[in-house]
Parts: sequence; structure tokens; C-alpha cells
Amino acid sequence: MSFTRRRFIQAAGAAATAAAFPAAAQAEPIRLGLVTVKTGPLASGGIDMERALTQYLKERNDTLAGRKVELLVADGGGVPAQTRTKIQELVERDRIHLMIGPLDTASALAADDYIRQAQLLTLSVAAAEDMTQRKPNPWFTRGTSTSSQSAMPLADYAAKQLKYKRMAVIADDIAYGHEMCAGFMRVFEDAGGKVVQRMFPPLTVPDYGTYLAQLKTNIDSIFLGFAGSNGFRFLRQMNEYGLIKKMAPIGGMTALDEAVLRNMGDEALGIITSCWYSAEIDNPINQKFASSFRSQWKYDPGFYAAATYTEAAVLEATLNQIKGRVEDKPAFMKAVRSVKVDSCRGPVSFDQYGNVVGNVYIRRVVRKEGRLVNSVIHTYPNVSQFWTYKPEEFLKNPVYSRDWPPAKNLES
Amino acid sequence: MKTPLAVIVLAALLPLLAGEYYINLASQIVIFAVFAASINLLLGYGGLATLGHAAYLGVAAYLSAFLYLKLQLAHWAIAPLALIGTTLMAGVFGLVALRATGLGFLMLTLALSQVLWGTAYRWVSVTDGDNGLRGLARPMPFGINMNEAMPFYYFVLVIGVFAIWMMARFVSSPFGATLRGTRDQPRRMSALGYDVWLIRWITFIYAGFWGAVSGLLFVYYHKYIHPVSLSLANSAEGLLAVIAGGSGTLAGPIVGAAIVLLLKNWASAYIERWNMLLGFVFVFIVVLMPEGVVPGVKRLWQRRSASRG
Repeated sequence: MSFTRRRFIQAAGAAATAAAFPAAAQAEPIRLGLVTVKTGPLASGGIDMERALTQYLKERNDTLAGRKVELLVADGGGVPAQTRTKIQELVERDRIHLMIGPLDTASALAADDYIRQAQLLTLSVAAAEDMTQRKPNPWFTRGTSTSSQSAMPLADYAAKQLKYKRMAVIADDIAYGHEMCAGFMRVFEDAGGKVVQRMFPPLTVPDYGTYLAQLKTNIDSIFLGFAGSNGFRFLRQMNEYGLIKKMAPIGGMTALDEAVLRNMGDEALGIITSCWYSAEIDNPINQKFASSFRSQWKYDPGFYAAATYTEAAVLEATLNQIKGRVEDKPAFMKAVRSVKVDSCRGPVSFDQYGNVVGNVYIRRVVRKEGRLVNSVIHTYPNVSQFWTYKPEEFLKNPVYSRDWPPAKNLES
Repeated sequence: MKTPLAVIVLAALLPLLAGEYYINLASQIVIFAVFAASINLLLGYGGLATLGHAAYLGVAAYLSAFLYLKLQLAHWAIAPLALIGTTLMAGVFGLVALRATGLGFLMLTLALSQVLWGTAYRWVSVTDGDNGLRGLARPMPFGINMNEAMPFYYFVLVIGVFAIWMMARFVSSPFGATLRGTRDQPRRMSALGYDVWLIRWITFIYAGFWGAVSGLLFVYYHKYIHPVSLSLANSAEGLLAVIAGGSGTLAGPIVGAAIVLLLKNWASAYIERWNMLLGFVFVFIVVLMPEGVVPGVKRLWQRRSASRG
């Protein structure tokens, strides 16, 4: 780049103007906080979040809507109270304008009232259902999905396309797992199927042998609602027990995430999962994102990487709409709910509760160029958090949990 | 009396010097210091190492949150109910745990608190399970809005100073002397006609009560309660703070609480692998000052002034 004298004078003039009018808000960078997890069992996803967000900002030369963006990263460790303190630190000491995060459901719930109190603009990744349902937070939006938003289309697919009639469900014993299983079971049973067995092993169970021994053999398939590396560990053991050949499992959005898929072998081939993202989605934005992420880090971006990359796209589109004036919080929240973005996951918009409406992909594991990938085999366009239910009726029911909806068809 | 007064004055002046974030951090340190000090009653003065003290913090917090959310009582009614409930529970737990001492006691307290932790996870209709109870509010004593950092800090500081003073009175009383006696020479105390079990039981309940107070402050501060607050990790952190600061001293738990929280919240902003730093600091303390920071520094100080004089 040639730096001519004229450009120098222009730049100097601009700098002088900025110095002369320090009150001009546009000159100040946007301080963006990323609250993630870099220590503990959720760390691999949390680090992906940071990598993808850094990549997005780098591609834009750290400038969104004409304003520089300064990224501040905090590690909440996946512990609710600690995450809350970290968010306070970002708000009260670093004076961030907005936040992407936190990663885990419990931390998002712990931060809920602080987000309200501080009126902190939040683009979240955590799947906690009620943050955008029965107790919607006006400063909170989510561009990824609720826990069950991807599981409900999969239930539909299992009942209607795969013609499954009897299924078991298994998930981590945390709110995320409960919500995912509940959504799956409701849609599957409304479509005529039966969930005949349900298991919730603890998040840190060292061995799935006892659960596999209990598993019924007269079922069509089992739904895996695992997070982190548990899907990987469960499948490996299922393979050792010779069960994969008897029943092909299907999985929720984090069971066979790209982050764990790279460690798997042929036992994963053919398994069907659903998610709002796959590194294999065929659109120009994703092709660019996935290939440059892969070339830098030597693995495919998955759920968490795509999450912050999508949130960053939402952020940019919103900032463009309000001309970068992030200080006007109500305008920002109004804009973010009306924004329509083409992102790596496909077109994205928001409902009035601040949750995303976007495509959900049914994917099958295949081998491509020597590595396992989640190849898209079916797309459910514009899925909302309420699936096909009416929002008002959906919200009259209790939040998805272990106890709701009641399991009617369990066989002992 | 000079040093404690100076510390209180300094603590009271802090909001004039520091920003909102540091005031909130200081509130958390005071709350954690009360929690650690209540562990210190058992560990430092009673010689009873507990790994279940988070039970009292967590139960008081859960009781307060439950009564507020589900029964919609007022804070002035909730606070005594939560404290009484938790203290009664401490009494019952004491009956069970004090059947043993040493490792047996440690395991019993651990088991009891794990039962509560599991209950908090499972009893979804009461505790909302893994989602935790949220939507709480801070009390408003005398109509003061406590959502701001500064008024809440003074509220916490007043209660915290009172709590630690009460615990200091407890251990410096004649009863405290008998408690130390049961720690050092339980058989002799027994032979002298003291009811060792009863002394321990009373201390156990008293420690449970102040653990409950810290739990109330904790839930007021966070306005949220999650089963993780009842977990082993939380109990262990309190124990660690006492050991690092110096068990059996008045200032030890306060210093320990400050060390743990500063490392966890403040240093972690600058150092990615802050867990490692935490580990190093504890190794450092154990190697150089096995009795804890407060007695250790005092010893070094005395040695220095002795070599001078």
C-alpha cells in the first residue's frame, strides 16, 4: 500500500479532528466482551468460540459499521457465580458495550438478572429455554438455538422419514439434556411414535456400561442428547458392545459435533444428527469460514465456532442498521429483533422473544477427503423455538424438564 | 485492638477509592470471609476438619430463595426463618457427624452435604434443578436501594464485621477455651468432667449458624442460587481459604478468603492459566508457611525485629 503525502495529510486531519472533538462517540472503539469457558470440561468449545470470533473480526479488519472493535475475553470456567463476577468485571471495569456469551446454560441463568440490571446487550450462545420463553430478558438475544430447537425437527424426521416407532432417549443429566429430550419426546409422540425408555446418566459418569446393559433391544433407535465429549465416549462403548449395528443411533446438536467427530472412527459412519449448523453447509459464507478455519486450526468448525461466527454476523448487521451507535441500547435491541442476516448457518432472523428463527439441518456422518464430516441430507427451513406449536399455547405449558412433558409410554 | 479497627476503617473507606467492580469484589470477599471464619471455628479451634460446610451456605440460600419465590414472603420474615431452619439442620447434622472425629467426621460431613447437593439437583419442583432459582431481589432495609454496589457493600460489611466479632467473642470466651481444650486434649478434658461431645455439638451448631448468615448474604449478592453452591468444590474452597490464611487465628480466614477470591476473579483476567497460579500459590504457602499466611508473616516479622533488636 502506498502511503502518499495526501493520504497522510488526510489521516492527520482526521486524527486532529478526532482529538479536537473527543465527545464524538463514533471515534471511540466498540468494546465487545466475550464470556466463554477456557478451563474445565467445556473448554474445547469455549476456545473454539474465541477462535471463530477472532477470525470474524480479523476478516473485517477489526472494524464493524465503521467503528473499531476491541475484543475482551473472559473465562467463566462454566461456574455460574464466577461467570457472573466475570461479566460484572467486563461491565464495571472494562465498560463493555455488549457481550457475546456466556457458553453454558447455568451461567446464563445466573447472569440473567444482572443483564437486566446493567442493561447489558447480550448475544448469547447458551441454550437455556426460558431466557427467551416464559421469562424473556429484554436485553438478551440468541442466534444459535434453544436446547430443543434442533431436537424437535429431528423427532419429526425420525417419525416421518425414518419411520421409527419405538425409541429410547439418553442424555446428560443437566438442564440442557432434559430440555432436549423433552422436546424430542413431545414431537416424536405427537407424530405417533413412542419413547419407551429414558435414561439420564450424570454428566461426569466414567463408564456407560451399566446404561448400555439396560438398553432395550426391541427398539428402532436411540436418541443421544449428549454434550461435550460424552457422545464420543458413549458411541465408542456402544460400538464395543456391538450395539451400533443392531440399532443406528440418532443424535442431538452436540452429540456428534465436529469438535468430537475428528476423534472418532468408522463406528460413527451413517449416524444421523440434527443441528442448526454443519461445516458442510453449502453457502458461500460458510465455505469461506469453514475452509479458512480449517486451514488455520487443522479441524472443522463446529457448534461453538459457528455460534460466535453467527453472532458476530448478527452484530455486524445490527450495527450497520443503527449506524454503529451501540450506545443507544433500546435502538440496538429493536434493530436486532428486526434484522435479517445471511450467515454461515444460512438466513437468520429473530422472533419477538429474541430467539433465532433459522434453518435446522439433518446431517449424516460420511467420510470425505479422509475425514468424517456431517453431510447435510435434509433441511428444515426457518425453524422457530416453538417448532410448529403456537407460541401462546407452547408458553402456557411448563418449561421442558425431566418431568414435563410426562413420559406416558415408558416400559419397565 | 488496633489492627482490627484499622482494617475496618480501611474497608469502610474502600468505596471512596475504588470503582464499582472492586466494591463488588470486596463484598464477595467479606461474604466469603464470614463463610471461611465459620469453618475456622470447627477446624481451627475445634480441630474438626469439615468438607461439608457449603451445606449451610447453600441451604440458607435455597431456603431464602424458595420462601421468596414460591411463598412470596417478605425479606424480614424470610431471613430469620432461613437462619432458624438452617441452624436446626446443623443441629441434626451435628448429631450424625459428631459420632466420629478426624477422618470419619470429614467423611460424614462430606456425605451429608453431598446428599443435599444431590437433592438440589433432583428436586426440580422446589429447586428448579440445574436451572437454579432466579428472579430474586435484595432486601431494602430502611428503604435503601441495595441494588447499587456501594450501599450493598456497607450492608455486607456491617453484618460481616458483626459476624466475625461474634465469632471472635465465642472463641475468646471461657467456652472457647474449653473448645480449644477439646481440640488439644480431648481425653483430659473428658477426665476433668467436661462433656466433650456437647462442646463440639454447640460449636458445630454455632458454625452452622454463621455459615447460614454467609449463605443469606451470598444469595442477596448473586440474586441466584445453583446446586453448585452446595457442592464439594465450594466446601473445599472454604477449607482451603482457612488453611491458606491460617487456621485457628482470627485474621486467617479473612486473609485466606481475600487470597482465594482475588486469584479467582482478579488475577484470572490477566493470566489464562490461573488455576495453575492458584495451585502454585498454595504450594508456596504450604512450603514456606505451613501454618498459614497470617501466623507465617507474623513469625517472619518477629524474627526480623528480633534479629534487629
